[in-house]
Amino acid sequence: MSSALLIEQALNGLQFGVMLFLMAAGLTLIFGVMGVINLAHGSLYMVGAFACAAVAAYTGSFWLGLVASLIAAAAAGAIVEVTVIRRLYNRDHLDQVLATFALILIFSEGTRWVFGSFPLYLDIPKVLQGAISLPGGGQYQLYRLAIIGAGLIVAIGLYLLIAKTRLGMRIRAGESDREMIGALGVDIASLNTIVFALGAALAGLAGALVGALQSVQVGMGEPVLILAFVVIVIGGIGSIKGALAGAILVGVVDTMGRFLLPQLFTLFMQPSQAATAGAAIASMLIYIVMAFILAVRPKGLFAVNA
Amino acid sequence: MKRIAAAALMAGLTFAGQAMAEPVKIGMITTLSGGGAGLGIDIRDGFLLAIKESGNKDIKVIVEDDAQKPELAVQIADKMVQSEKVDILTGIVWSNLAMAVVPGVVGQGTFYLSTNAGPSALAGANCNPNYFNVAYQNDNLHEAMGNYANTANYKKTFILAPNYPAGTDALTGFKRFYKGALAGELYTKVGQTDYATEIAQIRASGADSVYFFLPGGMGIAFMKQYSQSGISTPVMGPGFSFDQDVLGAIGDAAIGVKNSSHWSKDLDNAANKKYVAAFKAEYKRLPSLYATQGYDTANLILSAVAKASVKDKDAFRAALKEAKFDSVRGKFKFGNNNHPIQDIYVREVIKEDGVLTNKIVATSFTDHQDAYAASCKM
Repeated sequence: MSSALLIEQALNGLQFGVMLFLMAAGLTLIFGVMGVINLAHGSLYMVGAFACAAVAAYTGSFWLGLVASLIAAAAAGAIVEVTVIRRLYNRDHLDQVLATFALILIFSEGTRWVFGSFPLYLDIPKVLQGAISLPGGGQYQLYRLAIIGAGLIVAIGLYLLIAKTRLGMRIRAGESDREMIGALGVDIASLNTIVFALGAALAGLAGALVGALQSVQVGMGEPVLILAFVVIVIGGIGSIKGALAGAILVGVVDTMGRFLLPQLFTLFMQPSQAATAGAAIASMLIYIVMAFILAVRPKGLFAVNA
Repeated sequence: MKRIAAAALMAGLTFAGQAMAEPVKIGMITTLSGGGAGLGIDIRDGFLLAIKESGNKDIKVIVEDDAQKPELAVQIADKMVQSEKVDILTGIVWSNLAMAVVPGVVGQGTFYLSTNAGPSALAGANCNPNYFNVAYQNDNLHEAMGNYANTANYKKTFILAPNYPAGTDALTGFKRFYKGALAGELYTKVGQTDYATEIAQIRASGADSVYFFLPGGMGIAFMKQYSQSGISTPVMGPGFSFDQDVLGAIGDAAIGVKNSSHWSKDLDNAANKKYVAAFKAEYKRLPSLYATQGYDTANLILSAVAKASVKDKDAFRAALKEAKFDSVRGKFKFGNNNHPIQDIYVREVIKEDGVLTNKIVATSFTDHQDAYAASCKM
C-alpha cells in the first residue's frame, strides 16, 4: 500500500466529513435553538441540488446555480418554518417527527411533479475540472479539494457569526434559555426564522456541491440525513464545534473503514468472502463508533449544557 | 399515492359496444414514486403503448405504485389477486420485490410475467409454470460483459457491485465467463453515492479495465466521479447503467463506454423501428431498456389473448410459452424454465443529434440461455 493511496484516502475522508458538516451544522443549530427535530433537512439538501441543476442547465453557469441553491433552500426553509415548524415548538418530539416526515413526502413528490422522475444532470464547473498531482505520485480530483476548502470557509464563517456578532449572541442565548430572551425583548419569532433559513441554506449548499459529483435525484437527501444525525449525536446536540469534530470523525472513519477493513480481512479469508464481510463491517463501523462514544460521553463530545 | 390508471382510459373507454370477447384483467405493480421511479414509469409507459396500439378494448390494466417497498408490493398483489381477481400480474422492477410477490402469486394459479427482475432463485429449482420472465435472468448481461472482456483482451479487470443479492449475482455472472485475472473485487454499500474510496483503490490496483454493476443513482455518481478522477482505465458495465433513463444525468463522461444489452434502439428490425418511432411520438423521449421490456411483455400477452381464453389456464399458458409475437428484439423464445433464450449485444455510448444514446458494436452471445435452466424440472 503506497503513501499516495493513504494520502488520497485521508483527503477523501476529510472531504466527506466537510460535506457532512454542512448538513449537520444546520441540523444542530435548529435543534439547539428551537428544540425541533427536523427530518425534512434532507429535503432542503435536495431542493438546493435541484435548484442548482435547473439554474445551471438554464444559464450554463454553475456559479449562478450555486447562488440559486442558497436562495432556494433558504426560502424553502423560511416558508417551512413560518407555515409548519412554528406550530410545533411547544409540541412533543413525536409530533415534530410526524410533521417533518410529512414534509419529506411533500417535498419529494412536489419535486417529482416539477422536475419529473429522471435524475438531472449537473456538471462540475470548468475551472475545477480534472485532477491535480499529490506528493507521492497520486492524483486527486480538484473539485473535491474545492469542497474541502469551501467547507472550511463555511466553518470559520459560522464560528465568527456565532462568537462575534449580535445575531450569534442571540442564537447562543436562545440555546440557553428561549423564554428568557423572549422576555428580554428579542423578537424570538424572527430569530427562529433566520436560524432555520440559515440551516436550510447550508443544507442547500451541500446539496448543490455534492450534486455535481453525484446524481441529482428525488430522495437523495435521506441517506445523508441519517449520517448527519449520527454526526450531531456524536458531536453533542446544539454544538457547532461538535458538529465539525463529529463530521470529520465520521467522514474519516467511514472512508478508512471501507478502504482498510476488506484488506484486513484478506489476511485470513478468501478474497471474495473478505470483500463481502469487510464491506458489511465497514458499513456498521460509524454506528459502532457512535455507540462507543455515547457509552463514554452520553451527551456527545462537546455537550452544550455540560 | 395510490394511482389507479386504467389502460381502458387510454384505449378510449368504450364499454358501450360490449365486445363479445372475454375481458382480460391485468394488474401492474411497479415503482412510480421514490428514487427508482424512472424505471417503473418506463415499464408502464412501454406496456400501455403496446396495449393502446393494439386497440384491444377487452384488456383492462390496473396500475399501482409499490414505492419500491416489498411489503407494499405484497399487499397490492394480494388485493389484486383476491379482490380485483386479475388474470395476470406484471410490472415489478426489483428482484427483492419479485421474490416477495411472485412465489405467492403463481402458487395461487395467477400468471406472473416479469418485465425486469430475474432473480436466480426463480430460474432454477424453484421455477414455476405460471411464471414467465420476458426480460432476462439477472446474470445474463453480466455474463455477456465477462465474455466481451475476453474478446477485448483484458487480463486484469477490477470489478465492483453493491453488497446485496443482485450485486453478488452480477459479479458471479461476470466471473462465470471472464478468463483473465481480477485486479480487485469490491462490494459497496447499497445506495452509496460517493465512490472516492473505491476509485482510489482502482487507481492503485493497476487494473487494465473496470467492470461495475451499480444500478440507478449509484452508477451515475460513480461514472461522474470516475471521469473526473484522472484515471484513463476503460470502463464496462451492464446496459442498465448506460441506458436512456440515466445517460442524460451522467453526461459526456459516458461516451465510449461499452455495455451489454439484449436490446438497443438501433436493432435493425421492423417491429423495433415502429416501436422507437411510436414511443418518441407518444412520450417525447427515447425509449429505455425498461420501456422495451414493458412493451414486449404487453405484446406477448396480446399474442396469447388472441389464441386462447385467459380462463383456460392450460391453453393460455401454452400460448404464452409459444411466444409468437413480433418482439422488438428481433427474435425471442422461452427456454424450459420460461426465461428468454436471446442474443445479447455489446453497445457503445455515442452522442447522436446532441443526445447521448447507444449503438451496437458487437454480439456477445447468440441464443444465450441462463445457467440455472438445467436445474429447473419443467
